[in-house]
Amino acid sequence: MIRAERVAGGLFLTTHPSITTSTASDGLKVTASGTWTIAYAGELEALVEHVPAAERAAIDVGAVDRLDTFGAWLLERLLRKSRDGGGSAELTRVPERFNELLHEVGGANRQPAPEPERRTGVVAWIERIGEGSIAFFIELYYLTGLFGALMMAAGRAIVRPRLSRLTSIVHHLDRVGFQAIGIIVLITFLIGAIVSQQGIFNFRRFGAEDYVVNLLGILVLREIGVLLVAIMVAGRSGSSYTAELGSMKMREEIDALHTMGVDPADVLVLPRVTALVIAMPILTFIGSMSAMVGGGIVAWFYGGMSPEIFISRLRDAVSMHDFWIGIIKAPVMALIIGIVACAEGMRVKGSAESLGLQTTASVVKSIFMVIVLDGIFAMFFSMIGW
Amino acid sequence: MSSPTIDTRPIISVRDLVTGFGGQTVLRGLDLDVRTGEILGVVGGSGAGKSVLLRSIIGLVHKTAGSVRVLDVDADATSEAEWRLVERRWGVLFQGGALFSSLTARENIQFPMRQFLDMPEDLMDDLAMIKLELVGLSAKDANKYPSELSGGMTKRVALARALALDPEIVFLDEPTSGLDPIAAGDFDVLIRTLQHTLGITVFMVTHDLDSLAVACDRIAALAEGKIVAEGPMETLLNSEHPWVKAYFGGRRARANGREAHTNPQDGL
Repeated sequence: MIRAERVAGGLFLTTHPSITTSTASDGLKVTASGTWTIAYAGELEALVEHVPAAERAAIDVGAVDRLDTFGAWLLERLLRKSRDGGGSAELTRVPERFNELLHEVGGANRQPAPEPERRTGVVAWIERIGEGSIAFFIELYYLTGLFGALMMAAGRAIVRPRLSRLTSIVHHLDRVGFQAIGIIVLITFLIGAIVSQQGIFNFRRFGAEDYVVNLLGILVLREIGVLLVAIMVAGRSGSSYTAELGSMKMREEIDALHTMGVDPADVLVLPRVTALVIAMPILTFIGSMSAMVGGGIVAWFYGGMSPEIFISRLRDAVSMHDFWIGIIKAPVMALIIGIVACAEGMRVKGSAESLGLQTTASVVKSIFMVIVLDGIFAMFFSMIGW
Repeated sequence: MSSPTIDTRPIISVRDLVTGFGGQTVLRGLDLDVRTGEILGVVGGSGAGKSVLLRSIIGLVHKTAGSVRVLDVDADATSEAEWRLVERRWGVLFQGGALFSSLTARENIQFPMRQFLDMPEDLMDDLAMIKLELVGLSAKDANKYPSELSGGMTKRVALARALALDPEIVFLDEPTSGLDPIAAGDFDVLIRTLQHTLGITVFMVTHDLDSLAVACDRIAALAEGKIVAEGPMETLLNSEHPWVKAYFGGRRARANGREAHTNPQDGL
């Protein structure tokens, strides 16, 4: 049975493991031989499974040529099979070099391994609901806490302008503002074009395609421009804020700031949120204009409305109110996105998984809150008659 | 793995190894042999390239020239599939542990088994517990996540994971860094015990002079991109190389300093 086997290029003398059993007057005789290592995991396990439990067993291991912890544990399992039933079992002809390993493994797994805690049933379900509700309030507590810290930081920066991190603000302004212009122009242009095309196509049935200008102007300025930009900023910049702060949290950089007596709200949160609050209205303006251009171009080529007519109709259709409604909402949404993103970043725990979870939560929550806020604004503006 | 035959061929053999990053050469024609069944300690100053050497051997760093043979397989002359098999026969303990943060200690140890072996759940649980006990942890630590483990426990779990497939070689990158002297001392003893019990070969990169004295059979000193001295502790203590002299001279000086401390008349 001995053969030279090629294991990963090297030549090794290994033999297939085998077990023979025979019943003698003084109990079961088991003869183990061959290579008892993890390389033969599958075979060995099947062999050991087939050995019957016996009152008394003697396992001859004199012919085992190699042994590792895996093989040693299977031998130990064989022994325990007899011993657990109240019988006796022992190893015979144990080669000297295996003694230490067998001793080490023989002492293992004496107590059953603790099961990881699992909860099932109605109680667990109710528990989860409870935990969810508590988590909601903890969340609220965090957000208001960070909002307060941010306001304090802003106050400090106003009182002592030397403390305000101008360089940092400009750096973040470049990242979340300037570098976002390209993608925002592209997306809003396309959405404007689609709205315009759909408007013309459907209004044409009533011979009212001229009203596409009203539809486009009001929709884009009041709602779509700012919402689209907010959603894109949340996905693009909010997520990167969360990931940045989260990895800083994981590497104890935030703890380091605390120990130096520096409030992370001053150096990390305030510059980021400030940059976002400045950038969002600008991006909203650019996005709205781009959507208007997209809609105008479709109206020109698809609806046959020349740019001059489009612009003069637009002037009649929209008021400055419509424009301001969009722009006023932008910094408030930026504040929400920034606070949610930073709060989620600060809540990252040690693991990579938690970083991913919080980043997802940051984007989902800020988009949700932006849309809810938009609804509140809509009610407010209709109440004041804008 | 206990082997009755005494293997005289080196289990790892590095020849003329040159490794560099972007115009900066770290290793300049390095030669090194690791013998089967020994514990080899590699020392060197910060930035001397100890970790680069380890990473070159296990293939994480691309080498510029030279050859690396591990378990009689030449890394360059073999197929990818065959090299994968070699990789399964070693275990690596990274400096920070590199435990998977989303898995518990037990799952971390079982990860290589799950990946490479078709084994029933209860057998894997038993084996993971054996490995945990081998490295001196208890069953109650099995379901902890890496973020709940202390520095010393992280290293132990990482060592247990490195031992998961009963490897023939274990690479340790600064196993005692970040541990207190007592924990570090325990770890040295643990490595010795494991080497003895399991018959593994250990390649250890370290800064720790006590580790070198307690755990290592042989020491290789790395300076100027080469092995400048190699052998048991006495050989290195008698080495004429200036860096080795300074390194181990510092050890003597420290020992002398301790003696002076106990004698109040001498002062400091």
